[in-house]
Amino acid sequence: MWVIRISLALWAGALFAQHGYSPADVDAGGRLYRSNCVNCHGQEGTAISGVDLGHGKFRRASTDEDLAHIIINGIPGTPMPPTNFTQPQAETIVAYLRSLVGSTAGAASGSGDAAGGRAIFEGKGGCRTCHRVNGSGSRVGPDLSEIGGLRSPASLEQSIRDPNVEIRPENRYVRAVTRGGATVTGRVLTEDTFGVQIIDTHEKLVSLSKANLREFTFLKDSPMPSFRGKLSDPEIADVVSYLETLKGVEGQ
Amino acid sequence: MKVPALLLVLIAGSLPAQVSFDRLIRSGQEPQNWLSYSGGLDGQRYTPLNQITPQNVKNLELQWVFQARSLEKFEATPLVVDGILYTVQAPNDVVALDAATGRVFWVYSYKPSPQSRPCCGKVNRGLAILGDTLFMATIDARLIAIDATNGHPLWNVEVAKPEAGYAMTLAPLVVKDKVIIGTAGGEYGIRGFIAAYDVKTGKEAWRFYTIPGAGEPGNNTWSGDSWMHGGASVWVTGAYDPVLNLTYWGIGNPGPDWVSEMRGGDNLYSDCVVALDPDTGKLKWYFQFTPHDDFDYDSVQVPILADMDFKGAPRKVMLWANRNGFFYVLDRTNGQFLLGKPFTKVTWATGLDERGRPMRAPGAVPTPEGNKIYPGNMGGTNWNSASYSPRTGLFYIPLWDNYYSEFVKGPAEYAEGRIFAGAMPRSPVPMIQAPQVQNRKEEDGYGAIRAFDPKTGEKKWEFKLSEVTDSGVLSTASDLVFSGGRDGYFFALDGRNGELLWKATLGGQVSSGPMSYSVGGKQYIAVSAGSTLFSYALR
Repeated sequence: MWVIRISLALWAGALFAQHGYSPADVDAGGRLYRSNCVNCHGQEGTAISGVDLGHGKFRRASTDEDLAHIIINGIPGTPMPPTNFTQPQAETIVAYLRSLVGSTAGAASGSGDAAGGRAIFEGKGGCRTCHRVNGSGSRVGPDLSEIGGLRSPASLEQSIRDPNVEIRPENRYVRAVTRGGATVTGRVLTEDTFGVQIIDTHEKLVSLSKANLREFTFLKDSPMPSFRGKLSDPEIADVVSYLETLKGVEGQ
Repeated sequence: MKVPALLLVLIAGSLPAQVSFDRLIRSGQEPQNWLSYSGGLDGQRYTPLNQITPQNVKNLELQWVFQARSLEKFEATPLVVDGILYTVQAPNDVVALDAATGRVFWVYSYKPSPQSRPCCGKVNRGLAILGDTLFMATIDARLIAIDATNGHPLWNVEVAKPEAGYAMTLAPLVVKDKVIIGTAGGEYGIRGFIAAYDVKTGKEAWRFYTIPGAGEPGNNTWSGDSWMHGGASVWVTGAYDPVLNLTYWGIGNPGPDWVSEMRGGDNLYSDCVVALDPDTGKLKWYFQFTPHDDFDYDSVQVPILADMDFKGAPRKVMLWANRNGFFYVLDRTNGQFLLGKPFTKVTWATGLDERGRPMRAPGAVPTPEGNKIYPGNMGGTNWNSASYSPRTGLFYIPLWDNYYSEFVKGPAEYAEGRIFAGAMPRSPVPMIQAPQVQNRKEEDGYGAIRAFDPKTGEKKWEFKLSEVTDSGVLSTASDLVFSGGRDGYFFALDGRNGELLWKATLGGQVSSGPMSYSVGGKQYIAVSAGSTLFSYALR
């Protein structure tokens, strides 16, 4: 048992020390979080007063080690129960929580020039045709005002170069044709058995009843163009660095 | 002396009717009432009422709403007895209300011990009634008898220790002069049991352990001492066949859930249906759906008893859509396997052999890095009831499809009252509650109501849901099928072809079974969603 415990401790310690969580860790942790934690903590991690898991605001934890300990052991005398997670599972949840505040930024970021990146974003990149940042730009694509706290630099870079590699469920586009023949395209917000709620290409919130549609398809490709070849490697690095500075509105 | 005798008759006529056991057996003869958890003791969740039809169902209108003073999921199926509706407001408040108006007569509020620790919500699925007494099983593992007229407790007995992880969430089942219950706690290392109590006194009459003790037949299906904390809980109501005098119960998963090497063997009677003599608690036969379960595939579905011609001969069968993704037809006189087929995507087994035993898929076990297996931890279906209509002859299953979990191998260690399960599986579909903003991809899990012909296993139709469902199904004598889903819809389908005929937005997740009753000749359909009970009738 000693051997196992020591090696686990070393491995865990190494992972914690550099906070080098991989996107796979964050994804796995996100799934665990959504399956097990949202009932009490809510989707945004803000359902318990005094706790804001998405912004690093905890009552009793400051380090990642503290967090993993609490996830596994609970907090006696409070409704936070002990769980059955393994140490590696608890660490993926920590990875997920930390990813929400952008703590994964580190080694991969900072290689570009954020000011230059902003100029490209607002100028030759034409990003604001679809994306909005702090109240400026279109709402047709995802609002990027907090993107630096949500996504790692590597994943941002991948989205700029190869937007079709991963289209997140919440960023999917639908194309619908009504029985009257009108075509509506937009980004899906929610879907249920009988309807779908979207933000359309005119930035309007539209609620569609599937019974009134002749056609309803999720687009296979992202409406986002690839910037491979359109922007140079240093330009892409600049844009990523700029996006990494976007951490949302103060005090939210 | 003749006058007083007549007077006595008149007075007796105005007293609340006694629900005799004979009435429970013949509940189909009084379709205005819903006298037990599944409507009848046969578990069919079928109502002989037919005022609401495929033609007029579009005229359904909300009659009343009962808002529970509880934010827990409203999982109870109400009882209705001669115009009075009885239900449970989570966790353990019994409520009597006017079934025509929803106005409350009384509330009996029981405060369960803070030691209670049900794994998956402080919920309750309903009551049983006999005579003028209601029976409630509580989350702190007590059984309480309550006067159905004034809501006063008559007796209250301990069934098991809540601090050891025992809890009760099921509606009890009355058979003759006994009230039968079982205990939840399969994630806490309990040793499950079914027990019968005298309806008058609350004295325990018999107890059947769902894990055989040392020296008993079947104990050798557990390695070492693993039987002592092997779970095999019981948390959904059984059924009763008055001709065979057998009561049937579905048994939960073995524990620890996802660490099967700690409990070598088939682990009887986990994931079984057991047929018991209700007078003695003696086992008559069993059938195990998932021997040596790695995936938490509780077999806690309600046994559905039906009589039908099967392969050219009349047969007393039992229909069972199991959490493991297969549906089964068994001979309920002896447990013989007659038919079994997957009703959803299944990868943990390649099929069933000629005796109904699953053929395990190689490598389909929890692994340290996580192993993607269908159906996921919550199963192809779960506790929410399926329905069988003797009119259409179809078996209606509320199910999850494309649903998987990554099962993770991790450690488990028993300590009294603590979770004893292993590492939590991962899945894109939340276990218990749906997100308010839902945009998951179909390939990551969706729900459906599917109709099967139990004689052939052939799928007749399906109604697809964008979200998974925790709703039961009700079928009616006018060939309607009612159900709902996590996306907060309640709807009526044509039971013959699955066509959508009517729908309503209830807002909350439907985590209960719809039921039907009538008052003053008017048919009602009741269903709960979120923490609210709704009742509909024709306008």
